[in-house]
Amino acid sequence: MAKVLMKGCEAIGEAAIRAGCRNFFGYPITPQTEVPEYLAKRFPEVGGVFVQAESEVAAINMLYGGAGMGKRVLTTSSSPGISLMAEGVSYIAACHLPVVLVNIVRAGPGLGGILPAQSDYLQATKGHGHGDYKLVVLAPSSVQEAVDLIYEAFDLADRYLTPVMVMGDGMIGQMMEPVELPAMRDLDDLPVKPWATTGAKGRKPNIINSLYLKEEECNANNWKLKEKYDEIERNEKRSETYACRGEKLDVLIVAYGTMARICKTAADEVKRVDKKKIGLFRPITLWPYPYEALAKEALKAKRVLVVEMSTGQMIEDVKLAVLGKRPIDFYGLTGGMVPSPDDVAAKLREILK
Amino acid sequence: MKKIFGYPESLTPSPTHYCPGCTHGTIHRMVAESLDELGLRERTVGIAPVGCSVLAYNFFNCDMFEASHGRAPAVATGAKRCRPDMIVFTYQGDGDLASIGMAEIIHAANRGEKITVIFVNNAIYGMTGGQMAPTTMPGQVTTTCPFGRDPGHEGYPIRVVELLNTLKTSAFLARVAVHTPLSIIEAKKAIREAFRLQSEDVCFTMVEVLSVCPTNWGLTNTESNKWLEENMVPYYPLGVLKRPDGDETPTPETVASMEGA
Amino acid sequence: MPKIVVDEKRCKGCERCKEACPQGVISMSDKLNEKGYFFAVPKDQPRCLGCMLCAISCPDVAIEVFVHGTQYQFVSY
Repeated sequence: MAKVLMKGCEAIGEAAIRAGCRNFFGYPITPQTEVPEYLAKRFPEVGGVFVQAESEVAAINMLYGGAGMGKRVLTTSSSPGISLMAEGVSYIAACHLPVVLVNIVRAGPGLGGILPAQSDYLQATKGHGHGDYKLVVLAPSSVQEAVDLIYEAFDLADRYLTPVMVMGDGMIGQMMEPVELPAMRDLDDLPVKPWATTGAKGRKPNIINSLYLKEEECNANNWKLKEKYDEIERNEKRSETYACRGEKLDVLIVAYGTMARICKTAADEVKRVDKKKIGLFRPITLWPYPYEALAKEALKAKRVLVVEMSTGQMIEDVKLAVLGKRPIDFYGLTGGMVPSPDDVAAKLREILK
Repeated sequence: MKKIFGYPESLTPSPTHYCPGCTHGTIHRMVAESLDELGLRERTVGIAPVGCSVLAYNFFNCDMFEASHGRAPAVATGAKRCRPDMIVFTYQGDGDLASIGMAEIIHAANRGEKITVIFVNNAIYGMTGGQMAPTTMPGQVTTTCPFGRDPGHEGYPIRVVELLNTLKTSAFLARVAVHTPLSIIEAKKAIREAFRLQSEDVCFTMVEVLSVCPTNWGLTNTESNKWLEENMVPYYPLGVLKRPDGDETPTPETVASMEGA
Repeated sequence: MPKIVVDEKRCKGCERCKEACPQGVISMSDKLNEKGYFFAVPKDQPRCLGCMLCAISCPDVAIEVFVHGTQYQFVSY
């Protein structure tokens, strides 16, 4: 298939359409507004329905309604909007409904800034809504990967009946890169959803509900969710390594998303100039986090350097993976500042001393 | 003998948990009767609120959702936009619709979502034990305005159908009451008309139903009916406020008997 | 002769039916049902007109109304 030069946000919208999504509910917020704008124009061409909701709170609840009707539904937002969606996502998870969310992360906290950041890691993987549930979180590092992960996210969501988040950052949303778009899915070929509220004709009514006043029933739902998350943890952990093939590294960099690409350049630079062995570990699923794969790679290195566009969020999971077996350093810039390869190289050189 | 009044198919056999004399039961029954009479049950999905009727999904015999507090109109929007061929209704109380859910109801009405909203206004928060609602009357004592609602401090009650009547988008907006048999008969007409309009894809429909809450008002059933008549009806006028554009007086079918439907 | 049947188990003794009845057909029993309510009883069944106002008023759908043959329709419901 030919490659098309597309803006990240627009590619995300198109990927969702290809995956069989014909319903979008969202709200404008920089830096992802181009997704609703693209879909507002494109949906009529494919028989889709676009609704600009009155707020992200409304949007996530519209998603809940649409998902319960058995449709593939999408919402996109950025950090403050994602905060507003927390309650809704908790409900969606508790009801075992499939939805796809996209967070194009911007600087926080509070109103923050509109430039890229990676400061929503803990929100997505450890926090967000209330209760014992998990969000599957996928982190692309290029527009092509964003397209591929969005396309797959709908399948993951339907397979496990759970909300899936694709977490990009402002760079993924705004930059233009050549992408190969996946084939358009046949809408008649999507997974069957007998639990959906499509009208109680010839069957007992279906009820989409997360209220369990009897504690034994609520406990049971929680463990049912846990079973599902255990299965996802067994099957869906993904990560990638770069230049880790030797047994001995001086430093293993751990970074995700666009930071991984920047760190790759920095690693190459330090390898070439300083003749040091620098490897990179890039988690692709932030939840379930690939602890085992990271632990294995970390043992090859003398030290581990975590690089994030935050003051240190993923580093907590890195520490869990490494379990004190190697010293861990951190380099981060946030608030919309993006570390350059030179910045990362400088930090590498500092810790190599 | 012929049965002329019986149990609607759109209600499950389950007895309700509502207090004795609570008019939620009456309103549930009228919604169910309307669905039966119009033949809509098998393509209906209802959305339960957070409030006394949080367990409405146990009482309506159709597909149901439980929405988070106030968000039922948004859930209904999602459902209806994804499946416009289905009948979608929300059933909400004063806290759900007029407090936390105020943005959602205004925008669902403004976008003209072709859903039916049943708004149960009993001037108080029932489920959580009798707190002040946006619809609580001046001078009315509740647990969070224990000296009586003071308009200078808490503002005046909100008249939701009048508020929505300022929107230009076509809609059917009515306010009814259910404290006397005759008011119930009028209420049934409005509720059935609302569902009929949705079944014909006409417009956004909402029926505000003035109801009693004897438990939290601290009154007997008879006293509650009287209190509603004397205090609520003058402030919340009954009647059809808005009909869809270009529509003259709608004529709901007169149903001579409850049998069959 | 129209008649009503009250489901004692569903009745919560709210007395709306008793108030609604223009004929005084309904009284509350002096026995409690299993939920602990004094339930409605059509003590004066012969006075029933089949107007359905009791059933219309009942929040618990505890009342069914039966008629013979032709019945005057008091209310359109």
